[in-house]
Amino acid sequence: MDKNHNKSQFKEGMIDSIPIALGYLTVAFALGIVARNADLTSFQGFLASILCVSSSGEYAGFMLIKEKAPYIEIAIMTLIANARYILMSITISQRFHEKTSFLHKLGVGFFLTDEIFAISFVKNRYINPYYTYGASLISVLCWAFATSAGIIAGNILPSSIVSAFSVALYGMFLAIVIPAAKKDKVILGVVFISYLSSYITDTVPFFNNLSDGMRIIILTIIISSICSIIFPRKVD
Amino acid sequence: MKNIYIYIMIMFLVTLMTRYVPLFLFRKKIKNTFFNSFLFYVPYVTLSVMTFPAIVKAPELKIAGLISFIVGIVTSYFKDNLIIVSFSTCLTVFIIEKFLI
Repeated sequence: MDKNHNKSQFKEGMIDSIPIALGYLTVAFALGIVARNADLTSFQGFLASILCVSSSGEYAGFMLIKEKAPYIEIAIMTLIANARYILMSITISQRFHEKTSFLHKLGVGFFLTDEIFAISFVKNRYINPYYTYGASLISVLCWAFATSAGIIAGNILPSSIVSAFSVALYGMFLAIVIPAAKKDKVILGVVFISYLSSYITDTVPFFNNLSDGMRIIILTIIISSICSIIFPRKVD
Repeated sequence: MKNIYIYIMIMFLVTLMTRYVPLFLFRKKIKNTFFNSFLFYVPYVTLSVMTFPAIVKAPELKIAGLISFIVGIVTSYFKDNLIIVSFSTCLTVFIIEKFLI
């Protein structure tokens, strides 16, 4: 790979990531409000965000920190909430050029979020690490600073704004799930069953003694296993 | 006494593991259908379970949360855009609580 090419790839990555960075600002700001409810300081929020760069993983983590859950529970919960990275990581491992060094693979893997994964994946036949670095630079910084900003602003903003922002993350989760459910009837069914089971286990006595983390872990494993048996997906 | 920094480190290490372990472990494609199907369904199930009924309880008024849930589903059905969907749910809560509180 020649140097000039890598430089231009880095620049292109930065430019392509601007819309992503803007989206991250809003979502991470909302995440900051969740973190504030779990009593994280703005520094701790920044640290968690720059290390994890994961909306669902961090949300799940903050939720359990608020509950003062056992460490093992937060570990399992993070694993479940981030399970989609396992799939992405497998996919991306097939798309490296054989000359790509171990260090670059570590670098690309670190920034593997849904959005950066998506643009890196469609850009080149083989993953160009410099493109991914360019795309990550601004968006990851926006992500981390906006989390801090959310924690600070949560203490200053009027409660009506904080209340409105409290649903922003769920809106983002809907934006991931519903378009997929629209295209695929099985996913639609899975989503509906998940809402229903979640509602039941949250309301019915006995189940609702479980912590939120355990409830989500158990439901995810049971529902995903049953679906995998009844509606197996073909490997492409 | 549980330490927030230990929590953050656990989150960090487990997140990194989900990104790194497959990258270096599975050089070949995995053929097991159950395994692949399971990984395919997990994100949809977890995100759905985390969303409902939590979204109803998040804002100050439950009715605002419930309506924002419905608005979010409708918006994301027609518009595949993260920011627009997210903003529509926030705006819904804001407007409803403005009138009812």
